[in-house]
Parts: sequence; C-alpha cells; structure tokens
Amino acid sequence: MRRVVPALGVPLALLPASAASAHAIGPAVQQATNWTAIGMFAAFVALTLAITRWAARRTRTASDFYTAGGGITGFQNGLAIAGDFMSAASFLGISAQIYADGYDGLIYSIGFLVGWPILLFLMAERLRNLGRFTFADVASFRFAQTPVRMVAACSTLLVVLFYLIAQMVGAGQLIRLLFGLPYGYAVVIVGVLMTLYVLFGGMTATTWVQIVKAMMLLGAASFMAIAVLARFGFSPEALFARAVDVKTALAALAGAGPDEAVAKGRAIMGPGGFIKDPISAISIGAALMFGTAGLPHILMRFFTVPDAKAARSSVLWATGWIGYFYILTFVIGFGAIVLVATDPGFLDADGALRGGSNMAAIHLAQAVGGNLFLGFISAVAFATILAVVAGLTLSGASAVSHDLYATVIKKGQADSASELRVSRITVLVLAVVAILLGIVFEKQNVAFMVSLAFALAASANFPVLLLSLLWSGCTTRGVVAGGLVGLLTALVLTILSPAIWVKILGYDAPIFPYGSPTIFSMPLAFLTIWIVSITDRTGRAAVDRAGYPAQRVRSETGIGASSAHQH
Amino acid sequence: MEDAAARLARDPRYIALVRRRGRFTTVLTIIMLIVYFGFILTIAFDKALLARSISGGATSWGIPIGLGVIALAILLTGLYVWRANRDFDPVIDQLRAEERA
Repeated sequence: MRRVVPALGVPLALLPASAASAHAIGPAVQQATNWTAIGMFAAFVALTLAITRWAARRTRTASDFYTAGGGITGFQNGLAIAGDFMSAASFLGISAQIYADGYDGLIYSIGFLVGWPILLFLMAERLRNLGRFTFADVASFRFAQTPVRMVAACSTLLVVLFYLIAQMVGAGQLIRLLFGLPYGYAVVIVGVLMTLYVLFGGMTATTWVQIVKAMMLLGAASFMAIAVLARFGFSPEALFARAVDVKTALAALAGAGPDEAVAKGRAIMGPGGFIKDPISAISIGAALMFGTAGLPHILMRFFTVPDAKAARSSVLWATGWIGYFYILTFVIGFGAIVLVATDPGFLDADGALRGGSNMAAIHLAQAVGGNLFLGFISAVAFATILAVVAGLTLSGASAVSHDLYATVIKKGQADSASELRVSRITVLVLAVVAILLGIVFEKQNVAFMVSLAFALAASANFPVLLLSLLWSGCTTRGVVAGGLVGLLTALVLTILSPAIWVKILGYDAPIFPYGSPTIFSMPLAFLTIWIVSITDRTGRAAVDRAGYPAQRVRSETGIGASSAHQH
Repeated sequence: MEDAAARLARDPRYIALVRRRGRFTTVLTIIMLIVYFGFILTIAFDKALLARSISGGATSWGIPIGLGVIALAILLTGLYVWRANRDFDPVIDQLRAEERA
C-alpha cells in the first residue's frame, strides 16, 4: 500500500530522503491491471449503452439523428457543451500544466473560456434561427449551395479529423496507463463504443452520454478541489504558500542556489513560458477565442434546442460550468504540487510523475480519495474521451451526409431515410479511420493537433459564418475564396511552425516562427472574403446580396425558422 | 414568406430592436475583447507585473485578475441573457404573434 504523506505535517527537510526512497519503487508498478477502475468503467459503459438503447427507439428521422429532434433543453445543452470542452485533454492536460508551471495553466484555460461570450453575442441565436443540422446550413443560407457546402464540409472534416486523432492517441496512452490495457485495445474499444452510441442513438445518445459524463466529472473535480482546500483550512493563500515552498525545495534539491530556488518557487504564482512574444500571445488568444465560435461539433449543438431563447440559455449554462471547472482544475493542479510532488510513491527515480506528465490529477485522486476514487477518476477520464469522440464523429458524419450527399449530390432531393443511411455509413467509415489513425500516430507528438483544429476553425469557419451573417455585401464567391484561403493558410503555416517543422520533420529552424498561425490566417480570410465579394460582378452575387434582408429578418427574429419541437 | 420578411424589415419596432440589440452586443463584445487581449498582452509585455505579491504573501495579483477574467466572461454572458429575456424577447414574441394572426 502506498503511504500518503499528510500535506502540512511533513517538514521539507524530509524531501531528499523521500526522493531517495523513490528509487526502490520504480515505474513497473504502473503496468498492473487496475480492476477497480475497469469495474467502474464497465458500469459507466453499461449505463451509456442503456441510454443508447433508449435513444435508439426515439431516433427515426434525420432530425432525430442529427439534433435529437430539437428537444434538448437549454440547461441540458449547456451541460453537454461544457462536456465537449471538459475533455480528458483539458482536465488532465491543464491540471498537469499547472502542476508543472503553475499560473501558465490558468492563462491557457482562460483562453478556452472567453470564446463563449463572443459566440453568444455574435452567433448563437442567429445560428438557431437560420440552421437545421449543420453550420453549413447557416453559412450557405443565401448563397449557391454546392460550392459553399463543399468548403464547409472540407473544413468540418479537417477540424474533426485533427481533433479526433488527438483524442484517440490520448485515449490509447491514458488507458494503457490507467487500466494497464495495451494501446491498440484501448483505441479499438473507444472506436467501437463511440460507433455504437452514434450509430444507434444519434444525437440523443451522444448528448446524454455527454451530460452524464459532465456531471460525473464536475462532481469528481469538485470533490478533489474541496478535499485539497480542506487540508488548508479553505485558505487559498495557505495552499499557494505551501506550493511555493514545495517548488522551492524541489529546485534546491535539483541543485539550484538558495536565491535561484526561491525565484523558481515563486515562479508558479506568475506567468512563465506559455506566452512568449506579443504576436504569439495574440495569435494563440485569437485561435482559442474565435476557434470556439467555429468548431463544427460545438456549433451543431445549437440545433438541438427548440429555439433561440434556449440557445441563449445553453451558452450561459455552458460558460458557468466551464468557468467553474477551470477554477477547480486550478486548485487541483496546486493540490497536486503539494500532495503529489512530495510523495515518493507517485514519482519515479528522477522525481518525475510516474506514468507521465499528464498523471498529476490522477495521482491526486488517489492521494485525496484512495484506490476507489482513483478507479472512479480513471473511469471518468475514459468516459470523457468517449463522449467527446462521439460528438466529433456525429459532426463529421453530418457534414458528409447532410452537406455533401443530400445537398451537393442529391441537390436537396434526398429523402430522410437515405440521408440517414449515408450518415450511418459515414459514422462507420470515420470510426475505422479514427482507429487506424490512432494506431498510426501512437508514437507521434499530437499535442499540436487540438490547437491546429482551433486555428482552422478560427481561420476558415469563423470568418465565413460571421460575414455571411452580418454583411449584406458578402457573396458566394467571397465566402468560398475566403474559407479556402483561411483553411490553407492556417494549415500551411502550422506545418512550417516549430510544432511540425522542427519537432516532427526534424529541421533546425522553423520557417514560420510563431506558435499559432491565426493572427495571419484569420485576418487574411476576412480580407479575402471582402475583396472577392466587392469585386464580384456575377449574376449570382446579385442574388446573394438580394437575399440578405430576408435572411437578416429571420436571423434576428426566428420568424420563418423551422421550429424543431418533437411531438 | 418573402412578404412577411419585407413587411417586418420596415416595421419600426423591428428596426428599433435590431439597433438596440446590435449596440448592446457590440459593447459587450468589445469589453470582452479588450479585457482578454489586455490580459494576455499585459503578460506578453511585462511578466513580472502579475507575479507581484498582493500583500507580502504567496498570492500574486495574477490570481484575482485571472479569476476576474473568468468571472467577467460569465457575468457578461449572464447580463446579455437577462436583458434579452427581459427587453428583446417580448418584442419578438409580439411580432411573431402578429405574423401568425
């Protein structure tokens, strides 16, 4: 049994001795199969499959499949949206970043939150008033359907694919660590379960799996944060002071001089290396902020509620839950510094976290709640990946079946049954692709893929949506050119950036020196849409501009919108 | 449907609604942009500023400021929802009821 060191009682002088004793434990323990965690996860899977069975009986039409028949309430949708953002990557990744660097993790998480007010003020209600199933419904509302839908479907599939790869690889690595299962098994299990949810239960099952998981994660994270704070008499100052002491002692242990050690200890309370130069700062900030308003699987959630009022309240709920969650994560990260970094049982011979840098929150779960709670948190982390992956797949499938098949190929003449069949085939194809890519990318560093997905969404989808909604002069040619320019610029600049050009392709120096392309690619997309639209003299451009007043009235009032109530 | 849209587009209540709501969302959007980009640019230009201790203890100015940005995001969202429910929805409901009649 692992001994948990009480946080306040241990003088820091003991640290060297404890660290030395860690040599004896070694990292091999990690591979043991964790039956408690597997049992908890099996219970979660049983519950979600029951939900899927229930949802399958209510999933008959394309509308049921894509948007749960529009019958989700604002509160439920808010929890589901929050669930999409509280992915395993953000729970484990941000708490790990705080564990390592302190304050930087908070800066990162704030970026993920501030996109929500923008999405609400500029888009949420208009999306609901204009669209039915996909954001391309809205982007192409008054334009020529075929070209706009094709661009939207391309960017949807790219964003979904990069996001999916990151989730699949994360799932494989996490599950190998938590459950002691081989990587390949883990990826296949995620792929198969996700397929079952989406294939049979459509958006109804996907939403409810997301809601159940969001409540489990919020409950578990609240418990951890309260347990940490309780050890410090609910004084954040005491927690921070102790964390600074721990980091100071660790720096001294690593050979830093007294002054240097104190400076390193203090460093966790302020900004570190995450934000470098002003250009990178704005670029990353813009990607996170405007990317949120362009992620297809998030935008799709606004079609699951009955009206604009519910779309509005779902953003408020989502913002509230996500903000609360990031505050919990901050406490959890600092709790891990205090309770995990001081316990040799959680560390390997070099003082690094056993099982890898993302394990801070997982080890903290054991420190504050014992083996049973560790099992629960592991199961929640797995559940999180499943729920997020299901939402992504559904969004990718809707782009293929609704935008490409029903609108581009069948010119809007496809019946609900055949559109549904194409959706389900696409789900199967996407699942196979996700599993294969998950296995192919096992050894790769995929951390950049989530930020790439955000950059693509901010550079292609956001400008197209915003200008098609708010600018009467916008034309088909403009949004097609702007969408493609944004997409390609973001993609190419990311390939030339340090994350791929240096770290993966192995070149010495990056051609594009900044962390995110968005500061260039997003304005370029806006500029392209504007220039191409104002110079557009085609007959189609006249139709596009003439369609604006009617679109505007409907987007502002919802009059004429399909009321997607289920009966 | 085209007729209804054209009729609504000329309705003074609709025009007033769109103008008021547009002004309100523009102000809220600008506040959020200034606060967030102000926050990260402050960090980019002067890292030591937010690392400074508030009152000699471990807690730095970065903590209340960071939490303040989170709180503001939730607050602005709530403010919009409150005003939309109170001021904007009744007008839309009335226009819709007349349209149906």
